[in-house]
Amino acid sequence: MGPEPNELLAIGGEEFHSRLIVGTGKYANPEVMVEAIRESGAEMVTVAVRRVDLDRSEGILQVLDPTEFFLLANTAGCFTADDAVRYARLARAAGFNEWIKLEVIGDVETLMPDTQATIEAARVLVGEGFKVMAYTNDDLVTALRLEDAGCVSVMPLASPIGSGLGLVNPYFIREIKRRLVVPVIVDAGVGTASDACLTMEQGVDGILMNTALAGADYPVAMARAMRFAVHAGRLAFMAGRMPAREIAIPTSPTRGMLG
Amino acid sequence: MADTIRVELNGKEREVCAGLTVRGLLDTLNLEPGLVVVERNREILARARYHEVAVREGDRLEFVHFVGGGA
Repeated sequence: MGPEPNELLAIGGEEFHSRLIVGTGKYANPEVMVEAIRESGAEMVTVAVRRVDLDRSEGILQVLDPTEFFLLANTAGCFTADDAVRYARLARAAGFNEWIKLEVIGDVETLMPDTQATIEAARVLVGEGFKVMAYTNDDLVTALRLEDAGCVSVMPLASPIGSGLGLVNPYFIREIKRRLVVPVIVDAGVGTASDACLTMEQGVDGILMNTALAGADYPVAMARAMRFAVHAGRLAFMAGRMPAREIAIPTSPTRGMLG
Repeated sequence: MADTIRVELNGKEREVCAGLTVRGLLDTLNLEPGLVVVERNREILARARYHEVAVREGDRLEFVHFVGGGA
């Protein structure tokens, strides 16, 4: 009996067939975005909350069917706990669900999270009945505090948002996964399929990515690669890899060689 | 000429017709009420109330919606 290849991802009382969550930003055009998202196999997609441009209303729901995907609104662009709570409330008032991808940015240059403000906002939002998935850095203590605050998922970064640098701290991602009960979704920093596969091989429950797809020369092709990579990485983790050794061990019998 | 009032809409001063409801204002801007969330003087307005809440002089209104975004 091997691992179940089609196990579901359970978060906050919902079940998802895909362990890949994708963003909807920065695509060259809406048609490519929708095609890439479909090709990725993702069910959960993130969206941002912004003012309507009164000169040309161009909301994402004009192109993305909210019955086809599970919308996960984010608080991207917020720099204080108060702002993040305000954006989350606006997102919930849109009427789709009570989920929020919470992010509170602390530094403009690196987009590293303000972890203290994130924990503070998480407590408020959980108290208001939100299902909070919290973006954070790779710090174990912050991840534990976010879990204590009642987040349904903790989302440590692989590397800075939009950087494509891949998984820079596999050890602490593994530690966070080992210590938390709630699902750990790695959010941000994955650049290509091998990054996604390596990240999933650490045992985390899923990955959220955006620029890796939107910033590829051919987003639809990269979406397909990412779908396979996330699946392959998960299966490899579940399969239990062979120990790495710095010596060679023959695979063919050493006996029976000709004299 | 219909009377107008001044409101702040999405951060900009704007003259709008007097006597409009929020729903009426959305309609004049060709915005789909089902896709727009309204914050009025920092309070979120329930969609079911758009048609009954009047826009008043000096209101600070935010019309927001979902746009593409990742993190």
